[in-house]
Formats: sequence, structure tokens, C-alpha cells
Amino acid sequence: MQKSLARLTAVLIASTVLVGVANAETIRWARSSDALTLDPHSQNQGNTHTVAHHIYETLLGRDNDGSLTPRLATEWGLKEGDPTVWVFKLREGVKFHNGNDFTAEDVIYSIERAKSEFSNMKQLHAEVVSVSAVDDHTVEFQMKGPALIYPNNLTNTFIMDKTWSDEHDLAVVQDFASGASNYSVLNTNGTGPYTLVSREVDVKTVLTSHDGWWGEKPAVTDIEYLTIADAQTRVSALLSGEVDIVQDVPPQDIERLGNTEGFKVEIGPENRFIYFGYRFGEEPLKSSNITDSNPFNNPQVREAMELVLDRDAIKQVVMRGQSIPTGIPNPPFVNGWTPELDAYPKPDIEKAKALMVEAGYPDGFTVTLDTPNNRYVNDEAISTAYVGMLGQIGIKVTLASRPVAEHSPIILANNSDFYLLGWGVPTFDSAYVFNDLIHSKTDLHGTYNVGLYSNPELDEKIIALGTMDDIAARDATIAEIWNVVKADRVLMPVHNQVLAYAMREGVTLPVQPENQPNMTTVTFD
Amino acid sequence: MLAFIARRLLQSVIVMLVVAFIAFLVFRYVGDPLAALLSQDAKQADYDAARERLGLDQPFYVQFFYFVANALQGQFGISYRLQQPVSQLILERLPATIELAFASSIIALIGGVLLGIYTALRQRAVSTGIIMTLSLIGVSIPTFLIGIGLIYVFAVELKWLPSFGRGEVVQIGWWRTGLLTQSGLRSLILPAITLSLFQLTLIMRLVRAEMLEVMRTDYIRFARARGLSKRAINFGHALKNTMVPVITITGLQLGSVIAFAIITETVFQWPGVGSLFVNSVAAVDVPVMAAYLVFVALVFVVINLIVDILYFIVDPRLRVGAKTGR
Repeated sequence: MQKSLARLTAVLIASTVLVGVANAETIRWARSSDALTLDPHSQNQGNTHTVAHHIYETLLGRDNDGSLTPRLATEWGLKEGDPTVWVFKLREGVKFHNGNDFTAEDVIYSIERAKSEFSNMKQLHAEVVSVSAVDDHTVEFQMKGPALIYPNNLTNTFIMDKTWSDEHDLAVVQDFASGASNYSVLNTNGTGPYTLVSREVDVKTVLTSHDGWWGEKPAVTDIEYLTIADAQTRVSALLSGEVDIVQDVPPQDIERLGNTEGFKVEIGPENRFIYFGYRFGEEPLKSSNITDSNPFNNPQVREAMELVLDRDAIKQVVMRGQSIPTGIPNPPFVNGWTPELDAYPKPDIEKAKALMVEAGYPDGFTVTLDTPNNRYVNDEAISTAYVGMLGQIGIKVTLASRPVAEHSPIILANNSDFYLLGWGVPTFDSAYVFNDLIHSKTDLHGTYNVGLYSNPELDEKIIALGTMDDIAARDATIAEIWNVVKADRVLMPVHNQVLAYAMREGVTLPVQPENQPNMTTVTFD
Repeated sequence: MLAFIARRLLQSVIVMLVVAFIAFLVFRYVGDPLAALLSQDAKQADYDAARERLGLDQPFYVQFFYFVANALQGQFGISYRLQQPVSQLILERLPATIELAFASSIIALIGGVLLGIYTALRQRAVSTGIIMTLSLIGVSIPTFLIGIGLIYVFAVELKWLPSFGRGEVVQIGWWRTGLLTQSGLRSLILPAITLSLFQLTLIMRLVRAEMLEVMRTDYIRFARARGLSKRAINFGHALKNTMVPVITITGLQLGSVIAFAIITETVFQWPGVGSLFVNSVAAVDVPVMAAYLVFVALVFVVINLIVDILYFIVDPRLRVGAKTGR
């Protein structure tokens, strides 16, 4: 008895000592849904990128203030005398997790793979004609024309090891129709700060720090990334001490968690705006009692609709303070944003009513508002609030609320008269908003131009943005386009979303504006 | 006998086909998987190409034909969301669901029988009244509320048990089990109790009713008259005759426990087929949803088939009918 007790004590002491020496800091981090795949080019989706950023690396990184930072590329710029070529100097001495050297060859392979048919990243590299190596640590990207903002498109395109990829036959990004999975869906070999230990899809992904990483050793040495779909369970897991950091905190829990002893909430703006859109054109609306004209096509009606939209009330009541009201469909991080554009009018019901009379709709009209109910923070509640506000000027709205999987097809087929959507701007440049939301709908542009707004003059300017070679002239054009978009009320922006990460006291994870938190940025008190 | 089984098998196949058809028909209207699959900045041209690649532009009956043809070979395609073969995903997650289902059934069976006997034998005791009232409340509170309540009390406040997941697991062949580790067993307690409550009440009320019925019968009176001990009467004679319907019900309920563990699995983030199904619905992952429904139908069909065959063997009247009837 005495002996075994002594042995037990010895074991206990030994284990404490071991922990002390290794100084391992494990972070258990829970979020509502898992990465879709570990194939770095298959999906262009936030959760998937978030996990990938820990294992793989990109040429350029993005700071929490939105600015570009060196990562696998240390310097970049346009080639002297040729604005159609981007030159990247690659970091030297970088190794993949399997020990292979990182060279120009890997960049060429990865960009070509990202451009390939089944890759979801291909849109970002559509302007790249070819990538070539000048030497082992310099690459040149030949673009179709001048592409001033192209480096912004590289922050989520991960670099794979060509040798390893060839060994596992990964040249083709996973193709669903072929019915086969590929090796990189569950296996990885990156240059990033962490290596994959194990992965159980939808359950748990375990990462441990990569000793050969070029950067400064992160404070977090081990990561347990957990999927907890139910919001109540997720918050409970934090409160019970089973996880350290929780993402996707419901707004109603933010204040409570912040006031709970031992826990805190980090809050910051997200690069995503929420807006209402409506149908343009002379053709009457499908869901309205006005059958000889389209009321939304009348600028006075649109102005009246903005004058009843009480953005501050939505922030206070619906969002419990967790949003940033905005007058322009463009988050503050994004090139082209100005405080003047961001200003929005105070609600003025009397003026709005007068405008409706002037427009020829003294009794208002009826219309259906399509809204998702599981995609954005309080999406359905925002729509419900606006329905009430519009009722004040006689616009009687029927709310059609659906899960995003049903909402999206309606939106994409332009089958909605009036809708709510949200939009993020991963390139941090206004052209991204213009291309998909403002440009006339074609095969390659205006995919989410649900209201079929069409302004040929703007279309020309939007296309020109893609190939301008003078940054000042380009910024001036962006400002011109925004002025028209704002004056025309092409979209009715409500607010920018706010991100909240909840964590236990003693741990700090700063908010990342694209909601892609990085565990290398975690600090311990 | 063989003819009977053959006929039942044929019926089963028809049921499976109908279920597959309905699953396919319904899932056609739940939404568009492309919305979840393609990125925000995908072009209209990309949507068209992806639709063609996934065969979603084909007529409904063509898609259904391929689905059945592949399903017959055990192929349910690739999950749109997770990019892995669906059959592999379901098989990987099945152990978690089966362990949860059996644990909860055992709790329900033992608890239900004991409480049933107790409440039957002590009809007028105050404790019986309390148990009966509690059981009514337990049945009327939705499962997810019970789950959240248990999490709040035992995980958040008392910190005795884990609030989510399966704990440490051990791999034995293709079977991944949580029953062999301490954290696995601890993780099992709350979800198993949550899932068992409804069955427990059902069994308890069934045992109580049967027991009361049996206690009134003549042979129990005679047994009493013969001066047998209370224990021998209650457990040797009464209980034995009570158990036949209880066992039948428990067996049949096992199927529905496996099939409908969805809510419990979601609340406790239990990595079984139920939570796989829920996550797939959100992403309109049609291959997984369809395969899951077919799987559930298969569970029911197989259980019913076994029950029918057992009845056939046990009950001679059925056999006579089969011979002379047709």
C-alpha cells in the first residue's frame, strides 16, 4: 500500500514536470460548422479557408485591419515597364511539412491547379495568362492586361507541394461527377505553422505546431478544432470549460457571456454588409397588386423606402447593438469606401409619404419580400422589422422566409421582386461588389444582380476597372461609380455585420474581419 | 414457410423502392445544392457547368434510375458537402448511433420495468403518484429541452459530465467505440438518458398496465391461496407473463430509437448518423439525405421482417393459414 502510494506520487510529479517543460498550450476551439474539405482549391468558403490557413500558406496574407502582408512572398510589384506582369519574390528557406523545399515550381503548380476547371478559386485568377519562374525564388504572373489589384486575389489561394501532389495524383481538383474522392481531401502537406494530426469530419480536427515553420513560434502549440452545430450546446461547452474559444456566438448571448465571471467576448467589424434589393425595369412585379407598372422602378419610391428604413432602430432592437449601420453597400475596409458615402438619412415618414403621393402610389402597393432565415445574423428579424417600417407608407409586404438553400436558387434565377442578401468583399476592393451586384447580368458578370439593374455607362466603367494601369484614375472611376449607385439607390444597405468571439479569461483571440481567425494570433495572459 | 418469406421479401423490396422514390422526389424540392457548393463569386457560366457535371440538368426519372442502380451496388455517390463516399460516411458514423441507441434502450428497459413493477405493486403509495406524474411531464417536454436542461445542470453548473461529443474513442477494426474509455462512457450518460426517457415512460406504463391485469387473473389468486411467497408470485409468475409484450415493443422501438436519435444527437453534438443527416439537410446534400432515408427504411423493414418470421414460427395458426389459405 505504502509502496503504491509512493509510486503514484512519483508518477504525478513526473507528469507535472513534463507539462512544465514542454509548456504546451492547447486551444480547444469550437465553431458551428466544419471545413468542407482539406483540398485547398476545391471550395472558396470561409470555414474551409480558416482551417487551411493553419496548415497551408498563401503568397500574401491579410492583416486584421485589411492590409496586405508578406507571407510566402516577401516582395511584390509590377514589372518595370510592363504593367501586365506581376513579380513575386519568394521567401527562402521555407520547407513543406514533409521536408521538401518550397520553390517557384510549387507556386506555378498551385496557381495552375487553382485555375483549373473544377476549382472554386478559378474566378480569382481568371486574368492570369501564365505563371513562370525567373529563378527558384522569383515568379512572374503574366496577366491579360494591367491588373492593379490582383495581389488582393491571392490571400486565400494556398500553395501546395508539386512533388507531393504528383505522388498522390492531385493535378485535378476533386470532381463530384467522377465519383471519386481525392487524397488531399483528408491529407495535407503545407508550409504553414501547424501540421495535421487527425481529422474526423464534422467532429474534430487536431493540429500541432510545425517545428520547421519559418515564422516566430506561436504561443498556441496544439489546436483542437471542434464542430458544435447547436448554438446552446456550443455556449454551454464554453461555460462548462470544455472549450476555450467559441465562434458564431448568438447576439443574445454576447452580453451575457461578457458579463459572466471568467469569460470575455472580443467584438469587431466583419467584412460583410446586409442589404435589401428590388427589381428594376418597366415590367410589372410578379407579386404586386400594381399590374401596369413597376413601383420600384420609380426613384421617388426608392427614396421613400430609404426614408422609412430606420437603421439605428434595427441596430438597437433587432441586433442588440451588434451591427454597424451603413449608407453604402461596401464595408469600411474596402478600397472605395468614404465616410460621405457611408452617411445615411434620418427616417422621415412625412417626406416619404409625400414622395409616395408624388410617385403616384398614395395608397401604396403590395409586394413579397424574400428573406433567408439561417444565413446571416438575425436575417429574418431584420426583414420583419423592415416590413413594419414599410407599412407606415402603405407598402404592404408579405414575408417569404426560407432556409438559404431554398432562398439562393430563387435569387439566382432572378425570381424575386424584393429580397434580403449579404455580401462579403474578399478582395477588399470595390470592383468585386460592382462585378457581381451592379454590372448588368451576363454569363460572366452580375450573377447576383437579382434586380436586373442595368446601366450601360456603368458597365463600361466597371469593365474598365479591370485593366486600368493608373491607380489614381482607377480610384476616381470607383468614386464615380459609387456616386451613381448611391444616388440611384441600386441597393438598400442596412448595416455591416459584427463578429463576436467568446473565450475564457486568460486567452485573447483578436477578431479577423473575414471571420477567419488564426490561432497564431492568440495570446495568453 | 419459404413461400411466406419470399412474399414478405418481395413486399420489403417494394417498400424500399417507394421510400427511395419519395426521398428522391422530396429532396428535389428542398433547395439547390449549388448554392452551398459554389463560391459567392461564381459566374452564371460556372453554375451551368456544375449543374451539368452533377447531372442535375437531367430529367427526374433519369436521376432516379441512376440512384437506384447505384444504390443496388451499395453506391450512394459522393457527398456534395464532404466529398467522401456516402456509404463510407454512414458506416463510419453508425457505431456512434448504435451505441447510443443500445445504451438508451437498456436504460429504458431496466428503468421502465423496475418502475412499472413498483408502481403496479404499490398502487396507492404517494411515491407511485409522484412517479406517474413525473412520467407524464417527462413525456410532454420536448427532447431538446430535456437535453439542454441536463447539459445546464450536469455540465455547466455541476461540471460532472461532458456537454457534447463522444469523448475518447478506440478503433477496433472498422468499429470505432467509445465504450472502452472513461471519457467515452461519461459522454454517453447524458445523451443516453435524454434519448431513453420517452421509451422508459412507455415501457413503465406498459409493464404497469400488464402487471395490474395479470395480478387480477385467477392463477395469481390461486397462487396466493396456495400460500406462495409474495416474491414468488410477483416475480416468478406475474412478471414472467408481463414480459412478452414488453419485449416485442422494445424490439420494435429499437428501430425508431436508431432512426429518430436525430434531435438528441444534434443537441449533444453526438457524431452519429442523425447529426450527419441534419448537417446534410442544411447543405442540401441530396446523396446523403436520400441514403439516410433509405437506410432508416431498411432498418424498419428488416426488423419487421424478423418479427413477422418469428411470429410465423411461434404462432401455429399463421402456418395453417399459409398452407390452406392460398
